[in-house]
Amino acid sequence: MRHKTFFWFILPSLAAMFLFIALPLVSVVVQSLHIEHEQVIVVTENCGPFGCKQESSVDTEATEQLRAEKPLGRFAGLSTYFDRGHLATAEIAEAWRTNDSFGDFFGEIFNLPFYKALTFTLAYTFIVTPLVIVLGLLIALGVNRVTPVLKGPTIFVSLLPMMITPLVGSLILFWMIDAQGVIGKTLQFIFDDPELSLKASPALTWITLMVYGVWSSAPFAFVVFYAGLQTVNTDSLEAAQIDGASRWQQIRFVVIPHLMPLVVFISLIQLMDNFKVFEPVIGFKAGANAPSLSYIIFADMRSDIIRYNSAAATSVLTVLGVAILLSPVLLRTWRDFKGKAV
Amino acid sequence: MSIQKLSTIGAVAVFMGTAAYADCGIESANINIVGNEFSAIQAVVDGAKACATDTVTVESNLNKDYRELQVAALTANPAQYSVVVTNNGAIVPLLGEDLIRPLDDLIAKHGQHLSKNQMISVDGKVMAVAFMANAQHLFVRKDILEQAGVEVPTTYEEVIAVAQAIKDAGIMAHPFATTSATGWNLGEEFVNMFLGHGGEFFKPGSAEPNINNETGVAALNTLKALTELSNPDFLTFDSNAVQANWESGDLAIAHLWGSRGTGILDDEGSSDEVVSNTMLVSSPTVGGGDVPASTLWWDGFAIAKNVSDADAEASFIAMVKGISPDVVKANNDAAVWLVDGYEPTPAAAGVFATASGNTQPYPMIPFMGLMHTALGAELNEFLQGSESAEQALADVEAAYTTAAKEKGFLN
Repeated sequence: MRHKTFFWFILPSLAAMFLFIALPLVSVVVQSLHIEHEQVIVVTENCGPFGCKQESSVDTEATEQLRAEKPLGRFAGLSTYFDRGHLATAEIAEAWRTNDSFGDFFGEIFNLPFYKALTFTLAYTFIVTPLVIVLGLLIALGVNRVTPVLKGPTIFVSLLPMMITPLVGSLILFWMIDAQGVIGKTLQFIFDDPELSLKASPALTWITLMVYGVWSSAPFAFVVFYAGLQTVNTDSLEAAQIDGASRWQQIRFVVIPHLMPLVVFISLIQLMDNFKVFEPVIGFKAGANAPSLSYIIFADMRSDIIRYNSAAATSVLTVLGVAILLSPVLLRTWRDFKGKAV
Repeated sequence: MSIQKLSTIGAVAVFMGTAAYADCGIESANINIVGNEFSAIQAVVDGAKACATDTVTVESNLNKDYRELQVAALTANPAQYSVVVTNNGAIVPLLGEDLIRPLDDLIAKHGQHLSKNQMISVDGKVMAVAFMANAQHLFVRKDILEQAGVEVPTTYEEVIAVAQAIKDAGIMAHPFATTSATGWNLGEEFVNMFLGHGGEFFKPGSAEPNINNETGVAALNTLKALTELSNPDFLTFDSNAVQANWESGDLAIAHLWGSRGTGILDDEGSSDEVVSNTMLVSSPTVGGGDVPASTLWWDGFAIAKNVSDADAEASFIAMVKGISPDVVKANNDAAVWLVDGYEPTPAAAGVFATASGNTQPYPMIPFMGLMHTALGAELNEFLQGSESAEQALADVEAAYTTAAKEKGFLN
């Protein structure tokens, strides 16, 4: 394709990307560099049905004037990025100085909201992604061997978890694992512990969310692998059989190498998806035990007093996180591309 | 259905029927109401809608997430809504952003019959008109307490002892519950307990936090003792969950909103045994203090600043109609009304008892919302036993300070 043709071909998508991705990103970065004006506080007498009280209130006229002069707020540079709610450099330095053991040091870091969310998000991403790939492959191999009559229904059932809206799926499970629910009560009975609660302990909440993540994403890997299995070269398989390869050896040396590009594809998609984990945290009301990066952005935006600047800073850090996470895969793709060009 | 109930419905129908032709004296206007969703507010809004005519439109958006959209919706000019149904917590951001208008001239013109009690004034200017009161208080099961041989508790120390006695007697494994879900609910429980212990959230005359002290630790320890007598899922309990547990007979003592009283005492969703033995009593005192460890709340309406004067006046007239004695009489059971003509019902007993104990109203301070959010997010680790009380309170103060600096309340 000539360069000019190519340019006109992708122009609409470039324009959309500029309007809907680049511009908002710039606005988020600008917001993250500002904080709000100093509020002018006065003490007033406030009265209501329960009597009168001297209370602080905002002097709206004075504050309004400040805002009219500088609508963006005060320029704060990178200070929001380094405060306790985000990278918390001062707190980490302090923890490093005052703690002798690594355990205590990491305990204190884990207590900081951003690092707590980052730890969960990374753990979720790196545990769920490989499990989804392995489970998806197993289901695909299994379904591939099912007699043709049963194939349709089996595929339908295997795809169900992906069809259910994530929020609905997690809510249904949330009720089932309740201490009064079917799964919750059964577990209490099995482990003979009436105080056992999947929702109360952080470790169990993490496991629950990860099990849910694997359950809801495995069908995606399954569909992709199943499609890939239909294109496996039967000649190679027959040759392997003639050479006396066992079923496992056929899979290990013929099928898996054939599916390798799909593994890269699924890892890429799943890494991005899992790094943005959000709906299950809401559905399982797990914001306290297992906050994800997306969740803490949401929490900033949802209280009475909306913290745009803090949410913007967390968003920028999340985007950087995705970029770092994907860089090995992208680098590899780039190297392959260059290798071919030469 | 009882005859009494039937006749009430009949009365409402007749009232609605005539009200549709009621002349509110508005020529033409657009009235749009935003607010929380529960039966009392629904009744008020329906009352206001009676003012609708061919030239007057009255619309409403009542939903639980109204707090998140009110600021953005009223910042627009002209504002999306002309009326916001609010309370002493939710009104603070509206005041801080200067989004609602003083009502003094409208009251002089159209609301002279409103009682002084209903006026919410800030610095001498009336900014909202209250129509109902709410507070958290104790719900107790008479039969279970008798079975365990204990009295109705009046202090939190007694609540803990009573719940422990019920547990020890093998009647219930988790006799107590309160709205302890992480987030706003948990923050509110600490606010109650801290005020009950006589605490002040901020250093006098400043926005500096003042909770990491003996009072804060005492409040947290009481909360922890209570959650140990709760179902292990307590960090996910909101009002709906506690009400459902109560109605299924799984609880003996609960600290719950007064506005839930009607739903619990009606003949739906529960057994006769639970309903007939439910007692609504005052919120208990704590730590030797003499005021109940709870907060008083009012619900009322305010009028948007960024609407035309004509729409604002029409909105005020319609809302005054919505909280008229007729509406209150027809919906007497729905709330603890602050309006003349209200007859207290059994469902209101707990709120009245709590209010008469000089319970403090929820503080209407601009930075209280940030403190509340920090409390809701940072206390769960202590309650789960993985952190000390001092550490939890230090975390709250640090989280609050970070947020307050960003919002310009602290330097």
